[in-house]
Amino acid sequence: MTKQHITTSVNGESVEYLCEAQQTLLDVLRDELGLTGTKEGCSTGDCGACSVIVDGNVVCSCLMLGAEAEGRQIETIEGMATADQLHPLQKQFLEQASLQCGFCTPGFLVAAKALLDKNPDPTETEIRFWLAGNLCRCTGYDKIVRAVQDAAAEMRGA
Amino acid sequence: MGAEQIETKWIGKRIVRPDGVDKVTGRANFGADLRLPGMLEAKILRSPHAHARIKSIDTSKAEALPGVLSVVTAKDFPEVSGMADAGEAQVNFADLSRNVMAREKALYDGHAVAAVAATSASIATEALSLIEVEYEVLPHVIDVEEAMKPDAPLLHDDLFTKNVDPKPDKPSNVAQRLEFGAGDIDKGFGEADVIVERTFRTAATHQGYIEPHAAVAEWTEDGQSRIWCSSQGQFAVRDMTTTLLGIDHANLKVTPAEIGGGFGGKTTIYLEPVALLLSRKTGRPVRAVMSREEVFRGSGPTSGSVVRTKIGMRNSGEITAAELGLKYEAGAFPGSPAMAGCMTAFACYDIENAKVVGYDVVSNRAKCAAYRAPGAPMTAFAVESVLDELAEKIGVDPIDLRLKNAAKEGTRALYGAKFKQIGFEETLKAAKDHPHYSAPLGPNQGRAIACGFWFNIGGESTANVNVNMDGTVTVVSPNPDIGGSRASMVLMAAEVLGINPDRIRITIGDTASIGYSGLTGGSRVTFAVGMAVVDASKQVVTQLCERAAQIWEVDVEGVEWRDGAAHPASSNVGDFDPLSLEKIAAQSAKLGGTITGAAAINARGAGPGFATHICDVEVDKGTGRVDVVRYTAIQDAGRAIHPGYVEGQMQGGVAQGVGWALNEEYIFDDKGRLENPGFLDYRMPVTSDLPMIDTQIIEVPNPFHPYGVRGVGEVPIVPPLAAVASAVSQVVGKRMDQLPLSPPRVLDAIDG
Amino acid sequence: MPSIDYVAPTSVNDAVAALAAASGNGRVLAGGTDLLVQMRTGQITPQTIIDIKRIAETREIAESDKAFVIGAAATGVEMSAHNGLKTTFPGIVEAMDLIGSQQIQGRASPGGNLCNASPAADCVPALIAAGATCTIAGPNGTRDIPVEDVVTGPGQTCLSQDEFVVSFTVPKPPPRTGDAYLRLIPRTEMDIAVVGAGVCLTLDDAGVCQAARVALGAVAPTQVLVADGAAALIGSTIDETALNTLAAAASAACNPIDDKRGTVDYRKKVAGVLATRAAQKALERAKA
Repeated sequence: MTKQHITTSVNGESVEYLCEAQQTLLDVLRDELGLTGTKEGCSTGDCGACSVIVDGNVVCSCLMLGAEAEGRQIETIEGMATADQLHPLQKQFLEQASLQCGFCTPGFLVAAKALLDKNPDPTETEIRFWLAGNLCRCTGYDKIVRAVQDAAAEMRGA
Repeated sequence: MGAEQIETKWIGKRIVRPDGVDKVTGRANFGADLRLPGMLEAKILRSPHAHARIKSIDTSKAEALPGVLSVVTAKDFPEVSGMADAGEAQVNFADLSRNVMAREKALYDGHAVAAVAATSASIATEALSLIEVEYEVLPHVIDVEEAMKPDAPLLHDDLFTKNVDPKPDKPSNVAQRLEFGAGDIDKGFGEADVIVERTFRTAATHQGYIEPHAAVAEWTEDGQSRIWCSSQGQFAVRDMTTTLLGIDHANLKVTPAEIGGGFGGKTTIYLEPVALLLSRKTGRPVRAVMSREEVFRGSGPTSGSVVRTKIGMRNSGEITAAELGLKYEAGAFPGSPAMAGCMTAFACYDIENAKVVGYDVVSNRAKCAAYRAPGAPMTAFAVESVLDELAEKIGVDPIDLRLKNAAKEGTRALYGAKFKQIGFEETLKAAKDHPHYSAPLGPNQGRAIACGFWFNIGGESTANVNVNMDGTVTVVSPNPDIGGSRASMVLMAAEVLGINPDRIRITIGDTASIGYSGLTGGSRVTFAVGMAVVDASKQVVTQLCERAAQIWEVDVEGVEWRDGAAHPASSNVGDFDPLSLEKIAAQSAKLGGTITGAAAINARGAGPGFATHICDVEVDKGTGRVDVVRYTAIQDAGRAIHPGYVEGQMQGGVAQGVGWALNEEYIFDDKGRLENPGFLDYRMPVTSDLPMIDTQIIEVPNPFHPYGVRGVGEVPIVPPLAAVASAVSQVVGKRMDQLPLSPPRVLDAIDG
Repeated sequence: MPSIDYVAPTSVNDAVAALAAASGNGRVLAGGTDLLVQMRTGQITPQTIIDIKRIAETREIAESDKAFVIGAAATGVEMSAHNGLKTTFPGIVEAMDLIGSQQIQGRASPGGNLCNASPAADCVPALIAAGATCTIAGPNGTRDIPVEDVVTGPGQTCLSQDEFVVSFTVPKPPPRTGDAYLRLIPRTEMDIAVVGAGVCLTLDDAGVCQAARVALGAVAPTQVLVADGAAALIGSTIDETALNTLAAAASAACNPIDDKRGTVDYRKKVAGVLATRAAQKALERAKA
């Protein structure tokens, strides 16, 4: 079968890979690039565990083909912290016990980052609707929403 | 240990969990994240029929497909028998083997019938379409009451109802009948001023963990094999898998991956023996991962139920008699949580005359698995709803009504236990005093309360505590950390050792690295494994004191441990500077070797947990949509080791309960096929569906735990079904007795 | 393993050529939020995937004096960010925005929503109510047809196998026009509409309704343009009598099925409720 040769950028690094036409970006990230922080929970765009940011927009990587990534800028959970510094969202999730099993956490963090990149001061309702595509079965969302609120405040310097 | 709260330094602190950074950076390895060199991908062929005899399976075309290395069917599994305990349930190995791979019959839509290992997932998937299964489709039965009828299609020719007299001579879908009671219910109902009797129905609901089941298995030439998988217990996976395949426990090492939620659903096995068999046949490591659709079709939900209950009451609010009959769907094999449903039904209340009857019923659905307080939410839905109605009828505040009948220290529960110190009344009083309870309601809003109980369990538990030469400490826990238990273990070790939790690291041991421990289930880990950690830490303290005694050349009785250092027990012992853990550790080689504690206990005395919840809903009377607008959960945790994770358990349980009440259900077509095997139409609550969930932790210490811990994980899913349904009933003016309260059902109630 | 090709043409003609070359086994990829799910579950097995997102015309949202032209593969995020569109047709933008999560919004498109041909497509009733047409490209050039004529049944459109939707044209409305779209889902997000209702109406100076279009989704094999519903509004001040007549007309226009998402009775009842509420919302907007 013919594989596509794709050149793209993942977390700021130029990356090349070969993929089959039907392979999703999620398959590529996990199986070709070894970036297993992005999770597969449903493969139908209903759980958000596979959230990544593509050209500034949060998307489900299970609903995008690897072949479509040519020339894009992709951000995954692996690029969120720097070598010595967690992102304020990551810090708040830890301090507020916003994760229990931790499986949905990368997706929530990536989606929340996309929100705060666009809207530094979201209301609780805005946070809840923005994150509605990320399922969490452990927390009841309370501590997740609070962590996003507090990370936003921290990032605003409030 | 008494009932008093103990002064502590570390317990109760909201530390960052030790595995936290791995989990917020994507480093943590879950079940599907491992890749081994030469690894094959497995896919499972599943029955498209709800009930069918498997006449033949021809795998030759699939085996001939390039890239396919092996195909297995039930023929590759040995016949096994026997029973074993698994957490709060029992496992029947003949059934388990047939659930893992259908043998004579496919018993539900999604039942595994064959498995393929191939060099890629896409080849394995293609190979599935080349397997030819000849089915003889049989009549099926989905509904629990239909399945109980004498002329219902039979799932098992050899299933005879247990505990009925005379012993039945015909097979049945009713696996067993349960009954127990106390006092004289006829007399009790005779004394009642008001009696309410109703039948309640709940739909089967799935645990809904976000991580699908996943396992990697590797067989080696000398028979030593390995499995990496996410589960609620690596030892349970090992013991079940080895029993199904007829291999020695010691020849299978199971390494626990991080687990992406379980809620009871990962206390059993599905993929592990299949992957291991495929590895044995191919000589290559094999990975098997379920799709979300497979999770819904093939893994265990909890039972749908029909529960009839009747409660009699004096006008004063005193319950005179209570009766309950339940029918629980077990799925394709016996083993619904009917017993737990019966036992928990009236456990919140002190009732003199009561009778409970339960039926465990098989039908053509996936075999149910444990789900958070298995069996309890359904009976609580019935009992709490009827109490709500009785409170209304006699004009008594629903909290006062419950206080009048509340179980307390010394109450003998219907299921037999005599309660020690419990905190049920405290949760009720806290609810009454909570500002939520007296806050004004808006238009089309309603409020209700409901209560819940769960036993909690103890059981076999182990822990190792190793002191390093630099004075840091490593704890080995035997139980997968599903919700922050590493943090609790570290806090308890820090408390005993008197050192900063930052100095303690923790790892979850594989089955070869630490002694057997029961499942992560039954709300037992912080209680029971916590006791083992405390025990092992105390052993370490004893050794530290002995070393200090050696250094000081005094009797060990003259040394006491406090604040992370050895001190002379009194001035009579001598005038010595305190010897810190660090200082003693540095000399451990000279003073007798490594300092280490290893505990293996069978923990008893798990304190029962009680909760009271307050729920406000708003109903759209034009469409029947229900929104939960405010929610408060109040629960006795005994002692909150890490309050953040205790609150998290409470909030998570509420969210699951709200989903169960409002929208979650299994929907089957007329052929018995599941119509909603995905998150799109199996509607779990999303972030925008819920308000903040207020929590209040009550601490009535459990006298059997060194720090007073009770299990907290399961109780919070028990009250929400009734709390939500009773609140909706307030608004629509009609008792809502069937879940889920989906918009069409609610609109029907509104429009009559 | 059957081989699948992926092509990403950069012109309309190249896309048409690719579709023709695939002779019925090609599938157009816009946002992919339906296509990839259908591929994953084996509902469809295309031989060629034709990604139209690298064609400029499918991506633009252009505003002229006369109309908005919305590229078929414009995303929900892009539509929500377009102030002109949002101000003039908030109902269309809200309808698009209701489709799935924020993640879906980053990918999903009105063209995909239409051509997936689900009776429950949220964006479609709003486009129909606003009187939108779509431009369809094929081997013989392009043709423009009303949006309501595209879908012929569940999963079926009037497009031939070498045609695809390039863009939508929504004519600018007269002053005092308002539109709205509402849907019923059991949760607050992430569900497929059980009932959807789009209303677009224009008032005169005196507040009397001069023109109206009412469209329903998820209540019949295709979206339904409810002429009787529009007639109930036209000539009225959208008072209670008009709204009651609208509700009855909306319920009567339904030809629904019982399925896992709702019952016939429920859909009929709620179609009336939502049409009424959407008309009230459109009225507020027309007055503003």
